[in-house]
Amino acid sequence: MSHRSNLERVLKSGEFAVTAELGPPKSASAEIVKEKARMLEGYCEAANITDCQTAIVRLSSIAAGVLAQNEGLEPVIQMTCRDRNRIGIQADLLGASALGARNLLCLTGDHQSFGNHPKSKNVFDMDSISLLKMVKGMCEGRFECGEEMKEAPTFFIGAAENPFADPFEFRAPRLAMKAEAGAEFIQTQIIYNIDKFKEWMRQVRELGAHEKTYILAGVAPLKSAGMAKYMKKNVPGMDVPDEYIERMANAADPKAEGIQICVEVLEEVRAVEGVSGAHVMAIEWEEAVPEIMEKAGLLPRP
Amino acid sequence: MIKAERKPVSEIMKMLSATGDCNNVVVAGCGTCVTICFAGGEQEVESLVQEVKIADSTCGRDPRTYTETTPQRQCEVEFIEPLEDAVTGADAVISLACGVGVQVLAERYPDTQVIPGLNTTFMGPPVKQGEWYENCAGCGDCVLGWTAGVCPVARCAKSMMNGPCGGSQDGKCEVGKDIDCGWALIVSGLSRKGQLDFIAKAAKAKDWSPSSHGGQRKMTREDLMI
Ligand code: SF4
Repeated sequence: MSHRSNLERVLKSGEFAVTAELGPPKSASAEIVKEKARMLEGYCEAANITDCQTAIVRLSSIAAGVLAQNEGLEPVIQMTCRDRNRIGIQADLLGASALGARNLLCLTGDHQSFGNHPKSKNVFDMDSISLLKMVKGMCEGRFECGEEMKEAPTFFIGAAENPFADPFEFRAPRLAMKAEAGAEFIQTQIIYNIDKFKEWMRQVRELGAHEKTYILAGVAPLKSAGMAKYMKKNVPGMDVPDEYIERMANAADPKAEGIQICVEVLEEVRAVEGVSGAHVMAIEWEEAVPEIMEKAGLLPRP
Repeated sequence: MIKAERKPVSEIMKMLSATGDCNNVVVAGCGTCVTICFAGGEQEVESLVQEVKIADSTCGRDPRTYTETTPQRQCEVEFIEPLEDAVTGADAVISLACGVGVQVLAERYPDTQVIPGLNTTFMGPPVKQGEWYENCAGCGDCVLGWTAGVCPVARCAKSMMNGPCGGSQDGKCEVGKDIDCGWALIVSGLSRKGQLDFIAKAAKAKDWSPSSHGGQRKMTREDLMI
């Protein structure tokens, strides 16, 4: 079976796939990227390399992706619409493909008011859906303007979806729109509210969208009760049930408890019909990934 | 209508001082949009003059002559022509019009220093007394017929054209709990009309060339020309 990336290979094989997340540093340190890549290598099919997440300037996704690739970790390049127009995006994507990156996640991007340059001007020439459409066209050999190119880039194309954002009734149709626009895989926002996730997946299945795109359920270990409360209060769409906050607060070893909860969530979402994999986000805690994978019985990787 | 708000008097005074020894100053309001939003009408001209007089005397300056005038509009030359004598005899004009009016005045009287007294903020309606919001970005390519009459360009922080982002929560925008999510309004408006399928129709990237991204915009109507 032909495949463009390792991630695509595992998803197509029907095995439960796992992606992780690598946050590049707020500096020019190649060493930090390499170290994190070595930590994740062998524990996931590929790792997302975030593109200035929460609008904080970091080493670029494409550059960090190439560094990770050189360490043996397959990158999922992220591209947001916040910082580049369609000219910049297409140019960077041609470059990413030329450098050997094969997975691409298309995002609208967090608003710049969250980050460390709130006085900047945003771009938002496109949004995630028009970006997906454009990338699909590029992979077929066409620029957004319709002009043909000689050598098309190659990407296994993905997108994100947040089942916990509003309007809830529009979230499953939106996933379907992304699949229609070109998303071959979807990574979801971090799941803590399993009931709501299951209801969302029911709606996704009703639309038949799970058969058009691979869905990777997002999970993340909580570090402390404080972090759980903060996320619930401040991160849009982060629906952390009180039960988990309490367990974190009462735990003798909160980090171990966080990993335990993460494994439990992973096992539950894994059993949901239509879920093809998990996206494990241990943000600034990459070393937690091997333990989560081990405890969830997901090692060795196929 | 166009909305604007007064600049702090310190900023106006800074510009005035940079202009040199201005003894004759005209303060010009505008009787249309900025009167309605209480930023640049006759009353605001009067109170600005009070404020600058106080500022002058606080810093021990000799009193200047301030001439107050509020034409019905500053954005059309015919309406500012009656100001000719006052303006040409003045060392500076503080304009309490929107940016359109300030520029029409500056272009008409190129030798006079025209100082903006307002920050022009946006186009939008009043919500209630003392509160306004932006609802049109003047993008040059109106899609309101497809979006339940709610503008995704002006009322979405990311000008999304294909549905709400993942930050929409309880009808509010991820940027701030005091801002309505434009897309939450669009989705509820379209579902009320049974038109949710309208959203999928927009999937192509927006053409921004009719917006200000295409350079200064001009409009000509030959049928109106004489
Ligand atoms: S929350 Fe709503 S208004 Fe704010 S950026 Fe997202 S879609 Fe736009």
